[in-house]
Amino acid sequence: MRNELTIKIAGEAGQGMQTIGIALSKLFKRTGLNIFCNQDVMSRIRGGNNFTQLRISHKPIYTLRRDSDIVVALDKTSVSLHSKNMASAGIMILDKQKYNIADNQKTFFDVPLYDMAKKTGGNELFVNSVAFGLLAAITGIDFGYVEAVLKDIFSDKTEEIINKNIETARSGYDYAKNNFKQDVFAMKADKDKKQLLMNGHDAVALGAIRAGCKFYSAYPMSPSTPIMNVMAHFAKKFNIVVEQAEDEIAAINMIIGASFAGVRSMCATSGGGFALMVEGLSLAGMTETPIVVVDAQRPAPATGFPTRTEQADLDYLIHAGHGEFARAVFAPGTIEQTFYLTVRAFNLAEKYQLPVLIMTDQHLAESYRNIDKFDMDRAKVKRFIISKEESKAVTNYKRYQLTESGVSARAVPSWINDVIYADSDEHTEEGHITEDAGIRVKMVEKRFYKKMSGLSKELEKPVVYNLKGAKIILIGFGSTYGVLKEVSESLSNKRVGFIHLSQVWPFPSKEMIRLLKGAKKTIAVENNAAGQLARLLRRETGIKVDKSILKFDGRPFNVNGLKESIGKLLKVF
Amino acid sequence: MVEMKDFLSNDEIAWCPGCGDFGILNSVKKTLVKLGKQPKDVLLTSGIGQAAKLPHYIKCNCFNGLHGRALPPAVAAKIVNRELTVLVSAGDGDCYGEGGNHLIHNIRRNVDITVIVHNNQVYGLTKGQASPTTDPGYVTKIQTEGVILEPIHPLQMVIALGGGFVARGYSADSEHLSWLISEGINHKGFALIDVLQPCVTFNYKNTYEWYSKRVYKINDDKSYNPQDLIAAFQKAGEWGDRIPIGIIYKSEKETYEEKSGINKRAPLVDENIEDIDISSTLKEFI
Repeated sequence: MRNELTIKIAGEAGQGMQTIGIALSKLFKRTGLNIFCNQDVMSRIRGGNNFTQLRISHKPIYTLRRDSDIVVALDKTSVSLHSKNMASAGIMILDKQKYNIADNQKTFFDVPLYDMAKKTGGNELFVNSVAFGLLAAITGIDFGYVEAVLKDIFSDKTEEIINKNIETARSGYDYAKNNFKQDVFAMKADKDKKQLLMNGHDAVALGAIRAGCKFYSAYPMSPSTPIMNVMAHFAKKFNIVVEQAEDEIAAINMIIGASFAGVRSMCATSGGGFALMVEGLSLAGMTETPIVVVDAQRPAPATGFPTRTEQADLDYLIHAGHGEFARAVFAPGTIEQTFYLTVRAFNLAEKYQLPVLIMTDQHLAESYRNIDKFDMDRAKVKRFIISKEESKAVTNYKRYQLTESGVSARAVPSWINDVIYADSDEHTEEGHITEDAGIRVKMVEKRFYKKMSGLSKELEKPVVYNLKGAKIILIGFGSTYGVLKEVSESLSNKRVGFIHLSQVWPFPSKEMIRLLKGAKKTIAVENNAAGQLARLLRRETGIKVDKSILKFDGRPFNVNGLKESIGKLLKVF
Repeated sequence: MVEMKDFLSNDEIAWCPGCGDFGILNSVKKTLVKLGKQPKDVLLTSGIGQAAKLPHYIKCNCFNGLHGRALPPAVAAKIVNRELTVLVSAGDGDCYGEGGNHLIHNIRRNVDITVIVHNNQVYGLTKGQASPTTDPGYVTKIQTEGVILEPIHPLQMVIALGGGFVARGYSADSEHLSWLISEGINHKGFALIDVLQPCVTFNYKNTYEWYSKRVYKINDDKSYNPQDLIAAFQKAGEWGDRIPIGIIYKSEKETYEEKSGINKRAPLVDENIEDIDISSTLKEFI
């Protein structure tokens, strides 16, 4: 019996790594276990080598381990590629005949995967289901779960296809029952806690729907596109318009137009697309139009690694846009945080009438985890707009009326008995073009100083762990939350703690100064080469971290790797 | 009843005296009065340039955005708030140059908006460079040996891309232009009106005199059928000694609002978003 297991399924693009990943995630979640599942895919439609890695545990988990206990190789390349990074006593399941492999390594478990797929399903494509059944048997899961999951994930397919998948899964299942030692990898099943299973971008889309986003526009770009898929999937149900734009420039200008006209709106993209949106971001700042923009980071510059992960857009997001205007930038670290912060992004954008940016990355976006149901009391919509009822009484409306808070009452065109002028030029309180120096100063103060001051009063607090008496404090933001948490917990006897920032702008300077007061050693952990968070921390607080652990190979951190890096630093300190 | 004074803006006009834009401004106002539109129900969007200032000079809702980007906010505003009559005031550089991609794809989108392009065949605000519609051979400080690029033929382009309402007006003929704008607004779907508009400061060639000698009203000729695609395409290409103005092409097509079905749903802006119940949605994530 095991408390913890890591399974990797590897093969070519087009072999359905993602599908089997989701199927396995559902399977183990329903048996009451905790899962963390991520995808490692190449930017191609067919061929290459993709894999899904699934970690299963009795305790809640937030991140990956490096080493796999079971590798299922669905092609020959996967065998050599994934022989490294195997756990001790780990096994490699492969089809020796199909891959023409004569070797007899100790870790190899030869299974006629393709033969079974062909014999039972009539097509090699069913190899996935064979592997699915096989893995369920090896891990001691009852076949009833397998059947239910297949029916669920193929619910839009014909009965014939569903049945063939079940039959092929059965053949894999029976094979394992007859040929594998039963207890080695068995996980003790628990009660189904009826939790949710989703990834970071599901959470963004659901957060947006909950927040009342009614207009979504984007141009497809990995890894942001799944947000648009989910929004489109639910668009009719919630009366949302999802419009695929001709380019990112159109996308951001459309959501600005929609917001001006009175609805909450959002767009998402990745770094390259965000570059095209930057002028529009500045427009939202100048016209004081609330919008929410998601940057699903991927390794850059230029096209970079389209399907991989990085956190190198931090500097970029807090500075993007010509001129000076206020904005908020969130960097959620978990799926739950992503949901709640997306709702908050819409509320905050509307309250201060400015752009709010959410930075995700491929790792957060595409990693699945089991989570508790969302608490809707923590995801409340707060409106900051003149209601239709109140609008009737509005006269002599000034869109940019100067106020103490820097925020002017926002009206909806056609609702009030007056007109609304919004302008990208410097403008008067009425919204007309001006060249007046005095008004200019007042408007800059309004858009920048006053709004920044307001935003700074309601910052997201960093999440902290084990800071008291810590010998080492790890500092990170965004998708590294899980790995910071697990590594700190496992090294807590060595007095390692962490600080995770889910809001990076305005920077929580006061809080960071307070938290780091008297800190012995600090290590910034970042998925970028420049150490952007460490630099920002120093700029905003004067605090210099002692070391940085930077990873910029396009892959996420994992527990083993980060622990090793910290171990090396522990010797130096 | 609305009157011209209802559309009077108190903003000071910053155009050159004699600018062709005055004629367009006047025509837009006249049209809105004629159609009985309330200022609060009209939205004018624009980009940057002299044309883009027009919305400030009318009392109605205005979104004066970025250069080349007048169309995306316009279509989105119309999609979410169908009560609005949405007009776009763009220039030739704005609409045919910087914002070309938006023009192409919003013809396809066919949202019910009316686009008025102030086509003076030159860049005014940046002081006299060639625009996408500048005649070949025209000398500027940049195009020192004359323009060598083929001009864009906006009307032919819009027709070719499937635009359902394609017209050309002349800013000096305010009555005729006002008629075109009202036809454009009444047209269900994307309407484009290219307006010949002399730039009195920077265009030394295409002057009032130059245009006045050439323009003729195509719809006076009862044998001209604006629904004949081939004839319209040919007519749209006529340029030189004679320049046709009027409705060049007209064809009713299903709009974005109809095809997407949003015309049958509650306007998005009226949706109550206070406590949206997503629990049924979460069932798909179990």
